[in-house]
Amino acid sequence: MPVMSYIQAVTAALKEEMQRDEKVFVLGEDVGKKGGVFRATDGLYDEFGEYRVLDTPLAESAIAGVGIGAAMYGMRPVAEMQFADFIMPAVNQIISEAAKLRYRSNNDWNAPITIRAPYGGGVHGALYHSQSVEAVFANQPGLKIVMPSTPYDVKGLLKAAIRDNDPVLFFEHKRAYRLLKGEVPEEDYVLPIGKADVKREGSDVTIITYGLCVHFALQAAEKLAEEGIDAHILDLRTVYPLDQEAIIEAAKKTGKVLLITEDNKEGSIIGEVAAIISENCLFDLDAPIQRLAGPDVPAMPYAPTMEKYFMINPDKVEKAIRDLAEF
Amino acid sequence: MSTKRHESLGLSNEQVIEMYKTMLLARKIDERMWLLNRAGKIPFVISCQGQEAAQVGASFALNRSEDYVAPYYRDMGVVLAFGMTAKDLMLSAFAKAEDPNSGGRQMPSHFGQKKNRILSGSSPVTTQVPHAVGVALAARMEKKDFVSFVTLGEGSSNQGDFHEGLNFAGVHKLPVITMVENNKYAISVPIEKQIAAEKVSDRAIGYGMPGFTVDGNDPLAVYEAVKEARDRAVNGEGPTLIEAVSYRLTAHSSDDDDRTYRNKEEVDEAKKKDSIFTFATYLQEAGILNDELETEINDEINRIVNEATDYAENAPYAEAESALKYVYEE
Repeated sequence: MPVMSYIQAVTAALKEEMQRDEKVFVLGEDVGKKGGVFRATDGLYDEFGEYRVLDTPLAESAIAGVGIGAAMYGMRPVAEMQFADFIMPAVNQIISEAAKLRYRSNNDWNAPITIRAPYGGGVHGALYHSQSVEAVFANQPGLKIVMPSTPYDVKGLLKAAIRDNDPVLFFEHKRAYRLLKGEVPEEDYVLPIGKADVKREGSDVTIITYGLCVHFALQAAEKLAEEGIDAHILDLRTVYPLDQEAIIEAAKKTGKVLLITEDNKEGSIIGEVAAIISENCLFDLDAPIQRLAGPDVPAMPYAPTMEKYFMINPDKVEKAIRDLAEF
Repeated sequence: MSTKRHESLGLSNEQVIEMYKTMLLARKIDERMWLLNRAGKIPFVISCQGQEAAQVGASFALNRSEDYVAPYYRDMGVVLAFGMTAKDLMLSAFAKAEDPNSGGRQMPSHFGQKKNRILSGSSPVTTQVPHAVGVALAARMEKKDFVSFVTLGEGSSNQGDFHEGLNFAGVHKLPVITMVENNKYAISVPIEKQIAAEKVSDRAIGYGMPGFTVDGNDPLAVYEAVKEARDRAVNGEGPTLIEAVSYRLTAHSSDDDDRTYRNKEEVDEAKKKDSIFTFATYLQEAGILNDELETEINDEINRIVNEATDYAENAPYAEAESALKYVYEE
């Protein structure tokens, strides 16, 4: 099985879907000739031509809105926001239009659009090239938000997003793009949106997280295994709507739950995960639910000292797991 | 009489009578909705009154079995011309389950009907402009000959989506026609406090497309402008911006009192140019409309509006629990 990087899995999924279905097209800033600022659409312009790999004017609301219009017609647009931080001008189109279209038209219209955006920090991106923006969208029924952690999941979930008949936000951790590599089948496969995935079986402490933090958790878990602390890791993969069944099962498994996000703590995805566990697992818990998250400051600073302070890393995860194991 | 205006535009007598009937039907449905609102039977009305000529004139210039429209909330004339019925509109006014726009989920005048290629709309203004551009992009990609037609008010032409959408359409020379229905007011704020340019159509130059301002009270003038725009669009010559100038004859909505910001004399003056009357006069002078036909048309429209009202009033609401349906594909 070939090994590819996280971003190569993005490109492979796009390419295969465009070969499979000529209604699939990509639009965004610099996605065409340049192949994307991160090179996610590398080679697609040469293979599929200008209109299926469309360089748009620099205007995010139009990228989303024109995509939504094309999707209403029956196309399968994959819109790229160059950085998740720059999705804000498109929020009206995403929340007022894409999210509500099926509902407001009583199932008459739908918008099968995928909106991809690189998110996350640890890349010296400062305030506006580091944010996690999922919580902005995670109380908008009608949207699905996918945040994969491995190249294998990227390919299977991006294909699922493109084939989904509802709008999907697909957030890719930009530090994972070249940092993470893994085996990815060459053949066609899709993974279910809305399903979490156990990334490590364990019995002492349950860690529920998503995105790059899954890897920090895995690294910490390997180290702690030497000390006899056995961590169970659930990767949410889809952060909205949440896989409640998997969350409850994972929480009950160990009775000690650590939730991790790179986002600011208050109002983040993991707050909702904590609420689900509180509602369903009170008598199964052996310790208070713990949250490890970014601090509640507007965004990640540029200077390496402050950036490192903000970011989650394996050491922080290891300490949090150990504290919980010893509770 | 020399060649009549509608004939020189290639419109038959039957077609202009059909235009008149569509305008009148929009007006009569709208008037009935106000009565129903004031009688406490429906919660809300937002009017097309004063803009029927622009809406119907434009629609008749389009291919009504191929083209896509992204109307805004005043466009009753557009949706009627594109196949929505008086009954559909009344079902929406009463928020009944059978309402094809939304099944009673949205406020009235939030139009949408896929079978007639009427894109579903929302309340935040101008979001429909990029959608129409997206449909036009699909036409280009699929090598189809249809165009998209999008409307909005002059106040809405200040929104970012107007700029972003028209610029996108201009760059890619997409087959989209944008018609700004300039009714002189954005709720209470008059045109001179909305845009600094002399005309909304002046904005077209910035998007690399032609811009025209036409008399929105004259359905034939609007027809001509939209017809030419459509010809350019299907010939690959790109988008057009049209400004149709008329006047909003009612308050902004049933919840607005326009006496607080404009005077009666101004409204009365505008009523003299009301297209329902001026177009009837044209048709009479052209020898197409006489008293007998007018009575016949009025009787027919009254019957349609009465039947639609009765049907909708007696139709069932959606089941309460159906509020949970259709968040995602089922």
